[in-house]
Amino acid sequence: MLLVFAMVAGLWGIGMAMGAPKSARWTMIAVLYVAVLGVQLAFPPEHQLVVATGGSLAMWLMIGAALAVVLGYSTMLQKLRLKADAKVQDEAQESAAQELFSETELNRYARHIVLRELGGLGQKKLKDAKVLVVGAGGLGSPVLLYLAASGVGTIAVVDDDVVDNSNLQRQVIHKDEAIGTPKVLSAAEAMTAQNPFVTVVPYPRRLTEEDAAEIIGDYDLVLDGTDNFETRYLVNEVCVAQGKPLISGALSQWEGQLSVFDPASGTPCYQCIFPEAPAPGIAPSCSEAGVVGPLPGVVGTMMAAEAIKVITGAGAALRGEMMIYDALWGETRKIGLKPRSDCPTCGGKNT
Amino acid sequence: MKIVLNGEAREVAATDLAGLLAECGFSGRVATSLNEDFVPAGLRAAQTLTDGDRVEVVAPMQGG
Repeated sequence: MLLVFAMVAGLWGIGMAMGAPKSARWTMIAVLYVAVLGVQLAFPPEHQLVVATGGSLAMWLMIGAALAVVLGYSTMLQKLRLKADAKVQDEAQESAAQELFSETELNRYARHIVLRELGGLGQKKLKDAKVLVVGAGGLGSPVLLYLAASGVGTIAVVDDDVVDNSNLQRQVIHKDEAIGTPKVLSAAEAMTAQNPFVTVVPYPRRLTEEDAAEIIGDYDLVLDGTDNFETRYLVNEVCVAQGKPLISGALSQWEGQLSVFDPASGTPCYQCIFPEAPAPGIAPSCSEAGVVGPLPGVVGTMMAAEAIKVITGAGAALRGEMMIYDALWGETRKIGLKPRSDCPTCGGKNT
Repeated sequence: MKIVLNGEAREVAATDLAGLLAECGFSGRVATSLNEDFVPAGLRAAQTLTDGDRVEVVAPMQGG
């Protein structure tokens, strides 16, 4: 019997010396226990192996049962303690959220708050975020509606256009009765009607070289869904200069593309990928080429999802990657992007 | 050789990326990737193609 206990101690000691985890050491001891039981069963009582290991099957069974009870009890205690700890943590996060949000807001964002990747902390980050959306057209429509619904605290929107009848086949934020009114005002109205808990800042103008830096300077994230290359290159330039992440989406006919350009986090910028705009007439606008109604809905909604990830840090945003969505064949493809050493905008500092 | 261009299987004569763009009638102002890795314009002539390569030619789009 003493021999068995010496072997147990030996196993434990050797396991510890070799750095084996506790579970592995327990497994070895369990194997030894089964072997001892086997010896008691297999050999006659007077056999020298049986005598050396204690001589009685009943005694070993009793020792085993006692150990099982002790182990079971301690495991149960540990589980209860972990459960209590998790509850305390949840409550701490919930109370942090409760101080910031009204009862109605907590209820409104409940489906976000239960998400492990967002939680009360993520919802607070959304509420504290200041986001600028360039363009209140096809892409801007779902971007603005989903950012507002998601509880992004401050959402600014720049656009110099008025709502036109021909926009309404895809620009779902605008209503028929808004035809003729500035898009930013029509969008702001829809957003606050959807969620009165967010602040909307409308800029009824075209972003120009003179004011782009000042406007973008007030926000921490920019989403570009504009309809012309001039503004796309301008927004990229200012975002690079100010170190702001830029979620860029674009589309034509049946196909859309989006990426998160964030050179401050090691990615290329828009101009690394597209060094120069195509000659006028080569890349047609929506009015010239046509666009299928739900396409901006898909790409714009993907942009809004990227925005939530960039703001909260959940998952992995499309940094250094471009997603291509082909609605005509129901395909999505992703390509890796790399900075260009001769980029005039970011200087290829990440190459 | 057989390659996949923008998700579509194609039989082409070109043996490098620059040649492929010329053969398929793309202008220079596009972004290219080979097997999901970005290839900048300056490296296209040196980028040889092998059977089964996946090439993506992405034109900048301005629509929003």
